[in-house]
Amino acid sequence: MNMELVRNVPKGGFNFDNCKRNEMLLSSGFQHPKTVKTGTTIAGIIFKDGVILGADTRATEGPIVSDKNCSKIHYLAKNMYCCGAGTAADTEMTTDLIASQLEMHRLNTGRQVPVVAANTLLKQFLFRYQGHISAALVLGGVDKTGSYIYCIHPHGSTDKLPYATMGSGSLAAMSVFESRWKPDMTEEEGKLLVRDAIAAGVFNDLGSGSNIDLCVIRKDSVDYLRNYELANLKGKRHGDYRFKPGTTELVGKEEIIEVVPFEAFHKKLYGDETAEAMEVGA
Amino acid sequence: MHKIQSFPEYQVPGAQHQDFSPYESNGGSIVAIAGEDYVVIAADTRLSSGYTIHTRKQNKLFQLSEKTVLGSTGCWCDTLALTSLVNARMQMYEHLHLKTMSTEAVAQMLSILMYNRRFFPYYVSNVLAGLDSEGKGVVYSYDPIGHCERTTYRAGGSAGTLLQPVLDNQIGGKDRDVKNKPKVPLEKAKEVAKDAFISAAERDIYTGDSVILKVITKDGITEEEVQLRKD
Repeated sequence: MNMELVRNVPKGGFNFDNCKRNEMLLSSGFQHPKTVKTGTTIAGIIFKDGVILGADTRATEGPIVSDKNCSKIHYLAKNMYCCGAGTAADTEMTTDLIASQLEMHRLNTGRQVPVVAANTLLKQFLFRYQGHISAALVLGGVDKTGSYIYCIHPHGSTDKLPYATMGSGSLAAMSVFESRWKPDMTEEEGKLLVRDAIAAGVFNDLGSGSNIDLCVIRKDSVDYLRNYELANLKGKRHGDYRFKPGTTELVGKEEIIEVVPFEAFHKKLYGDETAEAMEVGA
Repeated sequence: MHKIQSFPEYQVPGAQHQDFSPYESNGGSIVAIAGEDYVVIAADTRLSSGYTIHTRKQNKLFQLSEKTVLGSTGCWCDTLALTSLVNARMQMYEHLHLKTMSTEAVAQMLSILMYNRRFFPYYVSNVLAGLDSEGKGVVYSYDPIGHCERTTYRAGGSAGTLLQPVLDNQIGGKDRDVKNKPKVPLEKAKEVAKDAFISAAERDIYTGDSVILKVITKDGITEEEVQLRKD
């Protein structure tokens, strides 16, 4: 391998090289580029046989919807999933990182990892970065000792709760839980409750929208219900907006373009020894 | 020469001065398209601030006369203050001159009223649509401090930047065979206005719920409403 390339392989962890420069740019009037936020409604409850997680599917950049059907329920382990709100990259990378640590832990111990372990890893990771990693999480899972929902804030504080909501639509969703949640609900009751909580966020919070995802985790099975409900169908346009060929005027004279076969073109550029050069990737 | 005595500092512990922010953005979008003998103006009905919806059915179109309709979005309290002032001034005009203000006159007056607040502006995005004194459709668009431009089509408000290129292409015939640009019939204008809102509601969080469309012709003003996404 080329040594020039080796030198540029990044080290592990975050790179803070540009911090001083960015600080200077910021103080001289430069504005940060916008990050994708999942201004979100996420929720989770404990029911009779396990936990149910729910999330909407809208991602925004300021007032603009950047993804109409993104996925906010992340995989942590076979028995654990985690809903993420906040900066999209942060929630994804954080859950991915912890998922891999949990898998390593499972292989080391040879046991199913308890939900508390995931909670501890997540909160310690987030606390280390003092809230700069904008991930607000609802962790849910089932292990040997029972069913758990944890609410994890970006600075690293956590709550163990029977029902939890997070994101910009958390108040809308929590209003549904506060009025209708009760212990030992059936799966059907639970799914309806979480659906309604997310729907409250979808319709009343502008940061949340589009569809509803659910994830039901039981003692030894998981149902990941992606797009459980299409709460908002795309509006139907009436006009036909296909362009007829030749819509755009051709500027200048119409030239007849010569079609050269790829092989001939390559030969013209590199001569005959192109065959080996093409196989670098293999 | 005087020796200027400086005042002692009266800072005391306790309540501190908070910055007062007089403006709020309440969202909403407007589209107006003028034709040979008609003008179409449409606005969505969502009124919001931050991440919350105040109401899903706020009409943002103000009928100023039989031939003139004003669409206004931005800071809703400024919209209300400005439109009530416009209404009052139009009534004064009518009493003084014994005739209704023409669309051109309303357009000019609106510009002056807005420039009157040059250094504390009405935070509004205005689009005025109407029939001119010859009966032709016209659209006037404004910036918040009263710059006025007469056009044939315009998009404004929170999704204005999303909608304007659609109108440029579909109505203005930009990037197209300009020589054979057909005149836009009323039905096409209505269709584009509605479809533009359907698409804007997909991507702008401040546009949605429903769109109210007004069509002004010499026979009067008709109104219709189309439902949009509610999320």
